[in-house]
Amino acid sequence: MKCFSRYLPYLFRPSSTILSSSCHTEADIISTVEFNPTGELLATGDKGGRVVVFQREQESKNQPHRRGEYNVYSTFQSHEPEFDYLKSLEIEEKINKIRWLPQQNAAYFLLSTNDKTVKLWKVSERDKRPEGYNLKDEEGRIRDPTTITALRPMDLMVEATPRRVFSNAHTYHINSISVNSDYETYMSTDDLRINLWNLEITNRSFNIVDIKPANMEMLTEVITAAEFQPSQCNTFVYSSSKGSIRLCDMRASALCDNHSKLFEEPEDPSNRSFFSEIISSISDVKFSHSGRYLMTRDYLTVKVWDLNMESKPLETYQVHDYLRSKLCSLYENDCIFDKFECVWNGSDSVIMTGSYNNFFRMFDRNTKRDVTLEASRENSKPRAILKPRKVCVGGKRRKDEISVDSLDFSKKILHSAWHPSENIIAVAATNNLYIFQDKVN
Amino acid sequence: MNQSSFISGADGDDSLYPIAVLIDELRNEDVQLRLNSIKKLSTIALALGVERTRTELLPFLTDTIYDEDEVLLALAEQLGNFTMLVGGPEYVHCLLPPLESLATVEETVVRDKAVESLRKISQEHSPVDLEVHFEPLVKRLASGDWFTSRTSACGLFSVCYPRVSSTVKAEIRQHFRTLCSDDTPMVRRAAASKLGEFAKVLELDYVKSDIISLFTALASDEQDSVRLLAVEACVSIASLLPQEDLETLVMPTLRQAAEDKSWRVRYMVADKFSELQKAVGPEITKNDLVPAFQNLLKDCEAEVRSAAAKKIKEFCENLPEDSRETIIMTHILSCVKELVSDTSQHVKSALASVIMGLSTILGKDNTVEHLLPLFLAQLKDECPEVRLNIISNLDCVNEVIGIRQLSQSLLPAIVELAEDAKWRVRLAIIEYMPLLAGQLGVEFFDEKLNTLCMAWLIDHVYAIREAATCNLMKLVEKFGAEWAQNTIVPKVLGMANDPNYLHRMTTLFCINSLSEACGQDITTKHMLPVVLKMSNDQVANVRFNVAKSLQKIGPVLDSNALQTEVKPVLEKLATDTDMDVKYFAQEAIRVLALA
Repeated sequence: MKCFSRYLPYLFRPSSTILSSSCHTEADIISTVEFNPTGELLATGDKGGRVVVFQREQESKNQPHRRGEYNVYSTFQSHEPEFDYLKSLEIEEKINKIRWLPQQNAAYFLLSTNDKTVKLWKVSERDKRPEGYNLKDEEGRIRDPTTITALRPMDLMVEATPRRVFSNAHTYHINSISVNSDYETYMSTDDLRINLWNLEITNRSFNIVDIKPANMEMLTEVITAAEFQPSQCNTFVYSSSKGSIRLCDMRASALCDNHSKLFEEPEDPSNRSFFSEIISSISDVKFSHSGRYLMTRDYLTVKVWDLNMESKPLETYQVHDYLRSKLCSLYENDCIFDKFECVWNGSDSVIMTGSYNNFFRMFDRNTKRDVTLEASRENSKPRAILKPRKVCVGGKRRKDEISVDSLDFSKKILHSAWHPSENIIAVAATNNLYIFQDKVN
Repeated sequence: MNQSSFISGADGDDSLYPIAVLIDELRNEDVQLRLNSIKKLSTIALALGVERTRTELLPFLTDTIYDEDEVLLALAEQLGNFTMLVGGPEYVHCLLPPLESLATVEETVVRDKAVESLRKISQEHSPVDLEVHFEPLVKRLASGDWFTSRTSACGLFSVCYPRVSSTVKAEIRQHFRTLCSDDTPMVRRAAASKLGEFAKVLELDYVKSDIISLFTALASDEQDSVRLLAVEACVSIASLLPQEDLETLVMPTLRQAAEDKSWRVRYMVADKFSELQKAVGPEITKNDLVPAFQNLLKDCEAEVRSAAAKKIKEFCENLPEDSRETIIMTHILSCVKELVSDTSQHVKSALASVIMGLSTILGKDNTVEHLLPLFLAQLKDECPEVRLNIISNLDCVNEVIGIRQLSQSLLPAIVELAEDAKWRVRLAIIEYMPLLAGQLGVEFFDEKLNTLCMAWLIDHVYAIREAATCNLMKLVEKFGAEWAQNTIVPKVLGMANDPNYLHRMTTLFCINSLSEACGQDITTKHMLPVVLKMSNDQVANVRFNVAKSLQKIGPVLDSNALQTEVKPVLEKLATDTDMDVKYFAQEAIRVLALA
């Protein structure tokens, strides 16, 4: 049996934490996954508007191997379904994105957004509560009226409280939020506009990009994702449905309609087809931790761009090239419009992104090796090592391989996250969250 | 009060009951009740006496930082005034623990309030207590794990620095230096915003040795948001240094800021330009700031240009008198001319709000020759806000050249604004009518503007009709009752027969506001009959407004008219079938004491 370690230096094994709901309803489908900046917490959002926060277990002496288990820390309803009476539109409660704020005190803060409204949540612990009333004691006897209530310790309680609601600034659906490195502002992006907010001010935001044409019939592209550079407060990128990425400098002007860099790969005329434009649409864009590289995901590939080279990507990785011949049926069942995300590992040397049939892919940028892994209940026995999977294209099917035709397109891995410093990954497969980590010792 | 009185309270003294309720409410589940209770914290403390406030109440309050922001905010504010309630300056340090924890919460308003209260009570500490209790708190905050506490520390250095020994002073300077190069931009921002304030309490030598290097470092920070705060600090630092040091110590940084790559920083320079100008003095202004200002007026970012445009008048006023006119004519005026045809309407409207002020500085001849064409161009601007801003500042120009010079262009501009499709624009111009009327004179007004004022009375937006009534009153105050009787009153009263009930009501509203200015004679002879006649209107809204009007104009009428004419009508209305009419009629009878 081939060992995973020959492909990548990590031996991922399932952690016993698998979040899943027994009854599989639409509302339970996970729609976003995100580690906080230290990796101690992991948050997921789902179609039902809920946010679940997991906390990593502290290392204990008796069970050293259990270090790294993530347990549910707090669950709260972030968004509720709403109705826009002016436009007669339903607003879904689905959480589109979660972004953590850098920690500022004992509490944790995160931004969550649905299609229209961004909310700032505080997740904090409380271990004391006031005890005893002043006027009467437990038995109803009148007490000295000037006793002061005291706070007594109680069982630890984790509360999530909404601190700010940033609403009424987006006409179209919000697809991304990104926190600026100045820790003071963040941006929210919809199909045609990007707005800049101060984290403390909810009634005002500044429009920094607006690609809405005067006449909507002239519309040729939409914004699909946007992100701030991790350390330079004035730089951000946004990707478009035409496969281009624009880098903007907020120092240059208040409205960043004119990009300072445009990353675009000229189309290969030999590959041109009816689906070219659809599959070149970028579904996710991520800066590397170093800020030097950009990673973009389109339908069939992941590309890594060097910020200093606009003409073509530095690296292109095929995620599931075997689907190229299946585009027609993928178009018919709408799968071709799936928005896959992509993530970097902590040192920017490995990238991970999802595919179908609960498969996800990893690419090692240094060794150029890649691997396909599967997130499923069957192979998540604790302490077992994830086996690499292989999809065979035509011809003979070897043992352990799976044929393209038997892939299950309803099982897709759109959202995943990589711990900021360790080799722990979180993979959302419809209503299940799998956490895998590198073999300990 | 003393403690023994409370022990007797336990035996059933009812007077203490309210206090007990307040204390209970400190922990009620309802935020509003907790808030009310916190706002009466001084009452609670007073009832408890100083000792129990210190030993029981304050520990409880220290633990309540779990609470809602609004409760914490109220608490932070209250504690700033608590010195006497804990036993005077001797015990003021007891207030430090709760304020310390409030200074670390994540909510900025709460933290700022806690810092404000800490600054306040720092003054009540004796020099010894300051070193024993207060200064250690500042150090703890400054070296706290979370940036929230470190940002709070930045605001406390300047209050304790002047009152501590020189060794502690050295420590404080060291702490401030550390915070200026903190890892997080939040703390660097807090330090940058307090740099000027801290510089003011430092000895001049340390300003030169310490502050300048910190200032230079913050002004070239990688974060735009830090650099722009350094501009503000620049104002305070420049005003502390002797003139001869400015060139070497401050100007390189200021020049760099004025040409910063980030428009936000340049915006800040433009926004603070007058302060900077005062701080660096006339010589540097002439040599350095004039070209810098020209560049800001020509900046590629509209936000920067508007900020600079807003400062034009102030900048020119503060130029040294001997060379003021030359500088304006040779350097500034050309930029102003360009701004009049700027691509951004915000820039143009910012300019329009100050440009008239230049006429007083330049005098009559220059105004007529150079500025007048610009005023006229702006009066014809496509953007209503620009025109409005010119009109609203007409008084400055009136003093210098008289408004007649402008009236040819003024009139079409006013008429166009008066008929603008946006009601807010119409509303804005109405507000300037009394001012215009005063400056243009009654003749011009009657001839050109009177019809406009009357047309607004039948505008389809209520806010406009309301403003138009108010405008009439101000006009009558200006031009007198006789003018009113001849020009306004007949037209207003004519509307009483309008088929639209809203217009009939406008008549009543006009009468309400005009009666006093017009006086008893006109009110009794002309207005009252119309009002009384309208009491038979078939629309109930008109009828109850008749009742309201009668109540309003009643005090202007003599008692004879009240008894013989008003009273019967009100009595009839008081038996009306409509409930509201009845109510307002009875109300009027009661107020006018006609029952």
